[in-house]
Amino acid sequence: MYGKKVKLRFTYLSLILVVLILSTYLVLKSLEENVVYFISPTDIKGLAEINYDKKYRVGGMVKKSSISMNSEQINFIITDYKNEISVKFNGVIPNLFSEDKGVVAEGFLKDRNFLEASKILAKHDENYMPPEVKKALEGN
Amino acid sequence: MLYNIMFKYFNPYKIFKINSTLQKFVFFSFIIVLSIGLVESLFLSPEDYLQKDSVRIMYVHVPAAWISLGIFSTIALLSTSVFLYKNKNLILVSKSLAPSGMLFTLIALVTGSIWGKPTWGTWWAWDARITSMLILLILYIIYLLSFRISDDKDKSNKISAIIAIFGAINIPIIKFSVDWWSTLHQPASITLTEKSTIHSSMLVPLIIMTAAFALFSILIFLMKYNTELIKIKNKGLKRL
Repeated sequence: MYGKKVKLRFTYLSLILVVLILSTYLVLKSLEENVVYFISPTDIKGLAEINYDKKYRVGGMVKKSSISMNSEQINFIITDYKNEISVKFNGVIPNLFSEDKGVVAEGFLKDRNFLEASKILAKHDENYMPPEVKKALEGN
Repeated sequence: MLYNIMFKYFNPYKIFKINSTLQKFVFFSFIIVLSIGLVESLFLSPEDYLQKDSVRIMYVHVPAAWISLGIFSTIALLSTSVFLYKNKNLILVSKSLAPSGMLFTLIALVTGSIWGKPTWGTWWAWDARITSMLILLILYIIYLLSFRISDDKDKSNKISAIIAIFGAINIPIIKFSVDWWSTLHQPASITLTEKSTIHSSMLVPLIIMTAAFALFSILIFLMKYNTELIKIKNKGLKRL
């Protein structure tokens, strides 16, 4: 029932789509550095060169019992369970910030092991449950 | 034969009548489902162990995001058919679907922002998930505007179909952004292959609210679609 025209349009569309998907892929691939929101402590270790004037976002888990606070600043360690980085921050921390939870710290690197953060974001994981369930899970 | 059936059942006046009756049913079921959903999500469901009551924002945020993605995918599929077969009815269908899709994209972005402030500590982050959702909103706006791009109806219909088809590339990017790149946004809790990481007591309001939002989209769709049919009637056309 449908003639050559439909076939022609189909060919056009498929060709353009293939080109578009490929170019989107290449653009995203080349922009990967900007698309990722944060890098891990391991990535920091692997950096060929550190730019001390550039802000870095480092993400990972807050290491257990690494948080130390006083009235002026807070220090803690971000870990990805392979490498670690110490973070110093003075400012308001988000509600969900706590040990063994995800965190993203943005700021200037002093060296490969130390970040002076100007912003701290808590990262929430994909788990949602009532407090009783959490307690029961911890009991096990 | 096929054309005869289509004339019989796809008669705009008939569709208009069915739509008007259907609207009432959809409206009442929407009100009922939404009431149950709101009671479930605001009062009956438990608070989260970590985020406390902020978790209730999820019952609006997640369904809105799902529906907005679903509607854009539908528009893209219909537009492919429009582009290939020049089916005028499907143009009206996809055009009528777009407004509620756009609304839910906006709702997902705004509720996400409201949730982000107390939990993450920021209203907005340029991470892959959030940015690609913003692109979806822009695509919806461009798609809706594209119908006015030219006085030549065939031309503007073709352009809007192409925008929808190309825009569909964004859909898998939104879906998999949290797996492909490190994002501030959390990964998916509900997947086809694995057990949901949302506790069952929290899944109930989530599913009811999704049903409510779906009914709302259908309602808006039926209303928009009837408006399009009235426009045809005003032009004095006997068929689409």
